[in-house]
Amino acid sequence: MAREGLLVIRPLERLATKDLNHIHQASLDILSEIGINCHNRDAVEAFAGAGAGASPVGDEISNIKIPPKLVLKAIENAPKEIVLGARDPANQLILHGDRTRVYLASGSESNIWLDTSFRPFINKNDPDEEVKLPSFNPRRGTVADLAFSAHLAQSLDTLDAFIRPVNIQDKDINNHNKDVNKFFCCLNNTSKHVMAGLTSLEQLQNVIAMAEIVAGGQQALQNNPIISFITCLVKSPLQMVDDTTQTLIRICLEGLPVVISSSPQAGTTAPPSEAGIVSQINAEVLAGITLTQIINPGTPVIYGSVPVRARLDNLNDAYGAPESTAYNIDCVQMARYYGLPCYSTAGVSDAPIPGLQSAVERLFSSLLVALSGPQYLHCAFGLLDGNSTFSPLQAVMDDTHFKMLRQFLKPADIDPENLEAVYRKIADTVQTSQKLFINDIRPLMRKGKLSKPYIFEDRQGNDSVLCKANQELERLMTLPGCHLPEEIIEKVYERIPGILPRLDTRKSN
Amino acid sequence: METEIIEKIRENLIQGRKSEEDEGIDETLNGTPGVIELTEEALEKGVSPKEIISLAITPGMEAVGEKYDSGEYFIPDMLASAQAAGAAMEILKPHLEKARIASKGRVAVATVKDDIHDIGKNIVVILLKGAGYDVDDLGIDVSTEKIVEEVKTRGIEYLGLSALLTSTMTRMKEVIEALDKAGLKGKVRVLIGGAAVSQEYADEIGADAYCADGFQAISAIGALKQQ
Repeated sequence: MAREGLLVIRPLERLATKDLNHIHQASLDILSEIGINCHNRDAVEAFAGAGAGASPVGDEISNIKIPPKLVLKAIENAPKEIVLGARDPANQLILHGDRTRVYLASGSESNIWLDTSFRPFINKNDPDEEVKLPSFNPRRGTVADLAFSAHLAQSLDTLDAFIRPVNIQDKDINNHNKDVNKFFCCLNNTSKHVMAGLTSLEQLQNVIAMAEIVAGGQQALQNNPIISFITCLVKSPLQMVDDTTQTLIRICLEGLPVVISSSPQAGTTAPPSEAGIVSQINAEVLAGITLTQIINPGTPVIYGSVPVRARLDNLNDAYGAPESTAYNIDCVQMARYYGLPCYSTAGVSDAPIPGLQSAVERLFSSLLVALSGPQYLHCAFGLLDGNSTFSPLQAVMDDTHFKMLRQFLKPADIDPENLEAVYRKIADTVQTSQKLFINDIRPLMRKGKLSKPYIFEDRQGNDSVLCKANQELERLMTLPGCHLPEEIIEKVYERIPGILPRLDTRKSN
Repeated sequence: METEIIEKIRENLIQGRKSEEDEGIDETLNGTPGVIELTEEALEKGVSPKEIISLAITPGMEAVGEKYDSGEYFIPDMLASAQAAGAAMEILKPHLEKARIASKGRVAVATVKDDIHDIGKNIVVILLKGAGYDVDDLGIDVSTEKIVEEVKTRGIEYLGLSALLTSTMTRMKEVIEALDKAGLKGKVRVLIGGAAVSQEYADEIGADAYCADGFQAISAIGALKQQ
């Protein structure tokens, strides 16, 4: 049994088939003629061994010209269906490249955690009038925050998978223990699928060993891969970096699911035209996918795309720009063109705090990209200010908004039998004096088939959305944790070095 | 036996099941007799109309009102129950007349001339019938002359006027003035409602009450009765 996700029956498309053909050909031309500069020796050898051209262009850098047939073979070999497992089998995700079932995931790794408190303010002219307004307190993220965000993810109904939304920056966290603590925080607080990037390759074996303990052994982890990885091995334009490429190679050999992601910025690290950035990112992702299939044919690889436009005032990523949404939809179409499962991005806002700007920007991109049908959508639960801030309050509101989308995506009930029944109903009702269909809506209402009024609505006519969402957040915080069984935690602490003692939840179980 | 059927009428009223064809909230009641069938059965068994009203319909509607106030029930639930209550009252009407038991009051409701919107008006009609009033639905786009005529000939005590449009709300003032001219001032109390109007407008045109929704129509008439 897998999670239901959002089934998009008629996916939104920007590009026509001829456009997809053009982009595909342009990407193949880029890879075979311009090539990609690879900083990793093992990857250079692997590409060369598979028939790619490799020529040195500097110290430790080779230009790799990948022939189209190698790319096409990799696309053919890459699995079209990928299972992302979960501690709770009911939370498993099945990503099929040809099917537009969308799973929603949190992420990415922001440095800032945004606390919100509500303080009373009194009207100077009318001391009896008091309003509560939000006050935002940004601070560096910690392991406790990550644990709480995983706990929150567990209770947010529409969230299908968990990508850590906050970078752990405690004083006792370093590059040698970061990965094990990061994955343990996630796995010990949510039974949903856990995806993350790796900080240090030296920790890969420990992370996998931990996942095997949690999943029930090596084979159990292969059958139910409760963790997967994101690798941003390409630095745009067209440069394969050393450390992440090495990480990718090792993950491929382990056979665990991996996302090949690239995040070019239109106007700085990619051409500003839609054709330019999309053909470049497609080439970059295809290069990564090709490497995975050379290293280990059949590696479960996900086509990942995070194309953005540059903000011209500060050259940051303009996630809220409509162009970024357009590029992402194009990439979703390219992944579907190849029949590969797609990791896409939406819902990131440029706003630094929750409010109208964040609501408008995240809904704009979330709705459109989700409707284009990526199988795995990093939809920025709680993310603000580009990718740099995580607000749990925003995450609670995002869940509400995705519930609206889930309602919208329910299939229409149009069939001859139903139409005949409604014809009779209309004919009967127009004969009545009141002409109301009250009795027909009640069963739907009772069975939960109708959407409810916006849950943070204030019937007194005030805008209390943030305040009410905060009340919901406080409620979710009090829910019992979804921790690993004590014997599993014990094994993890026994066998995996470096996990901080304060993350041990056995006493609170 | 008598208690049992009274109980059943009240329960089905709370469930909003007018007849056996209706679905309520409790699915186990599906296909069983609704308020209409049960009221008829109760009369056949000799239960007095007064008992049916005082022990089943009135407390049933009170329970529905409490459920609505607490957020458990929504407007469609209230309307379904009110429809069931209204249907029971229709069955009981000849029996009440025979026993010389008066209704709670005679009400007419109309959407004014040039306005064809009737959802609000229809809801008011359902709720007032469910609350035990004798209600005449005069329809939509009703001319001022017809309204005055109906009030006069039917002995209407409370007149509800509805208008959705700002272009038609002025008809309400016309009606009130025409009622005055016809010598009906004080004999019929006028309540107004609809998206276009407000308490301020009601005061301006000399209406006796403004009702923001159907529930306020019930409470407004109740308050006017006390005056």
